[in-house]
Amino acid sequence: MKALKGFALPIAFLVLWQVWAMVVGLHSDTLGAAPVDIAVAFLAGIRDGSILDATGMTLTAAAGGLAMGAALGILAGFLFGLLPPLSRLSRITVEVLRPVPAVAILPIALLVFGFGYAMEIAIIAFACFFPVMLLTEAAIRQITPRLMEVARVMRLSSVQRTSKIVFPAVLPRLFVAFRLAAGVALIVSVTVEIAANPQGLGYRLMLAGQSLRPADMFATLFWVGLIGWALNWALVRTEKKLFPFHSLRRIEE
Amino acid sequence: MTATLHYLDRRDGHEPVAGAKTKRNPLISLKGVGLNFGSHEVLRDIDVEIGEGEFVCVIGPSGCGKTTLLRILAGLIRASRGSVSYRGQIQTEPARDIAIVFQDYANALLPWRTASANVSLALEAAGTPRAERKDRIAALLEKVGLSKHADKYPSEMSGGMQQRLQIARCLAQNPSVILMDEPFGALDAMTRQKLQDEILSIVSDSNVTAFFVTHDLEEAIYLGDRVIALEPNPGRIAELIDVPLARPRNQLTTREEPEFLALRRKLFDFVMRYE
Repeated sequence: MKALKGFALPIAFLVLWQVWAMVVGLHSDTLGAAPVDIAVAFLAGIRDGSILDATGMTLTAAAGGLAMGAALGILAGFLFGLLPPLSRLSRITVEVLRPVPAVAILPIALLVFGFGYAMEIAIIAFACFFPVMLLTEAAIRQITPRLMEVARVMRLSSVQRTSKIVFPAVLPRLFVAFRLAAGVALIVSVTVEIAANPQGLGYRLMLAGQSLRPADMFATLFWVGLIGWALNWALVRTEKKLFPFHSLRRIEE
Repeated sequence: MTATLHYLDRRDGHEPVAGAKTKRNPLISLKGVGLNFGSHEVLRDIDVEIGEGEFVCVIGPSGCGKTTLLRILAGLIRASRGSVSYRGQIQTEPARDIAIVFQDYANALLPWRTASANVSLALEAAGTPRAERKDRIAALLEKVGLSKHADKYPSEMSGGMQQRLQIARCLAQNPSVILMDEPFGALDAMTRQKLQDEILSIVSDSNVTAFFVTHDLEEAIYLGDRVIALEPNPGRIAELIDVPLARPRNQLTTREEPEFLALRRKLFDFVMRYE
């Protein structure tokens, strides 16, 4: 019942939109589209497979870029977290590169890779790398010194110390970093497809707009929103399942 | 019942004078221990012998090096001068049978492990076979009154429960010595009194030696066989005070005894000199 309450607002909004469209007499070839037309366009897209194909392309690129960016980010984060001199040495470099919008490296990626998956994955990896790296480094720094003392007092071996203290201590924060990066990956993939890469949901959205099919455009747009929401929901659920103790998660949220 | 009997045995063997057992069986001895952090002298010329089964409390104004002294005993930091020996051996590294109860239980417990898994950590470290762990954990949690909370995470427990859990984990190390660094400082008065009595019964049950740092003067007198009073800048021993109060101690009657009050006055005057 509680969960259903959240749907009241969007449903009311859709109904009002539909009524407004009927009153002003919107047609599907004008700039607007009525919710019913959008639903029809969506079903058509599902039936001819075009939406699912595009979804597959976008998610493949997002997953590839996320995997690459997160892996490199975790690696670099561990190095910087465990070796502070290295972190200090590269701080300026990181601080200069980090604020560069991922889409700004599009021209370079395009020159190097041309159109297709490789270019899109490279940009997504670039975008995911920095937040994951910074959060990983912070996670390692934030292991309380007290825990390391507990390990010493109990005379844990260095292998035990790593597997029983360091890894479990950083794991929840790594997962939070991964969850945030997953959101970034989806945003960047669609952006790159809108801006340049002729594939995936972004491209479908762009094409529908340019060829004056607003119902199709809105259908794709809502679909992207739905995917983003479902992705976050699944990751939050997984996080709660994997890390049922609250204290750490509260800090992150 | 058995606890009481055991306790009486111990008293018959070693008492009546608190200092007497020290001479008989020095478990830990500090000779001329001093410590510098850079050019700052933290501790100077600490000479103490602690006997097996003795309960020693340390008090002193803040900044007198109480916690530092405990950390030296634990082998977590090394003295700049002098020597610390444990069972006749010079101590350089933490010993497996010396456990520490930290004040900040929330940081010392592993938040991703349940109560029983936190106790398990000490057993895993000691290489206890998996098959034996379950029973040991159950017994230890029972001892500190947490049997019903075995599957809770520390964040789901009150401060008093978390500190009990840390004590259980220390007991899992099968310690001969328990070092406690203001363990009840963050707890409310009622919980604190309860835990004081629990720690007394645990210590007398298992005949461990206790080294207890506190800023609460009454707590030091109530718990200890002896109180070490440290003075600051640099931290050194101002006085070693025997506590001749009878055991088992009682929160009401012990605290009303004239000797208790006299000691309280003495320690209070001592601390006030530096505040």
